[in-house]
Amino acid sequence: MNAPRVLPALGVVAAGGALGAVLRASLGLAFPDPAGAFPWTTFVINVSGSLLLALLGAVPALRRHALMRPFLGAGLLGGYTTLSATSEEARLMLEGGDPTLAAVYLVGTLAACVVGVHLARLYEHRERRETR
Amino acid sequence: MTLLFVALGAAVGAPLRYALALLFDGLWPGGTIAVNWLGSFLLGWFVGLGLDGGTLALLGTGFCGGLTTYSAFAVQTHERGVRLGTAIAVLTIVPALGLCWLGFWLGQA
Repeated sequence: MNAPRVLPALGVVAAGGALGAVLRASLGLAFPDPAGAFPWTTFVINVSGSLLLALLGAVPALRRHALMRPFLGAGLLGGYTTLSATSEEARLMLEGGDPTLAAVYLVGTLAACVVGVHLARLYEHRERRETR
Repeated sequence: MTLLFVALGAAVGAPLRYALALLFDGLWPGGTIAVNWLGSFLLGWFVGLGLDGGTLALLGTGFCGGLTTYSAFAVQTHERGVRLGTAIAVLTIVPALGLCWLGFWLGQA
């Protein structure tokens, strides 16, 4: 890693990550997921964050500044989405004796996030064709 | 106050994830997989230890939440095609759940 080039990126990822995590925590405070039930708040956070990350490629303005991409991508959206909370929520469902709900939650989150990314890519390709 | 702790924790976790992804993500996103494993293990451990309030906000919601990511994982799973994407997905989610369980168990012991 080239330190003079990587250090500013680490800085903007820290700032974006803090911002994204505060957004995630605020949504968690506003719409708390009841323990053992389907965690809709975390689900919506992860699906929306995955879709938005895939959409970043379709925004040409982001190429103007080299630090915009790490700030918004690895920083803001990386800090906003979480896999640790998803694992812990699924673990809690298993502990509560509901392996079916845990499986539905884990597979459902993955499927919805990948579909979100796919829709973002379809949109990006259509935009490219239209601007040609 | 809780949100300040979350911000501080994520300001450490997120750049750590970024650095590990730069170092170890290639066709196989080893860095992102590793941080998702590590963060899931640590969050299980912290919950098992019974951390709550500001400490859990700093280390759990902040640090572990900032260290792990679903967005990059979902994009990588989609981008790498069906076979490699499926391998990435299975080898992220299943061990992450197992490690979270292990961490919780160790924290309670």
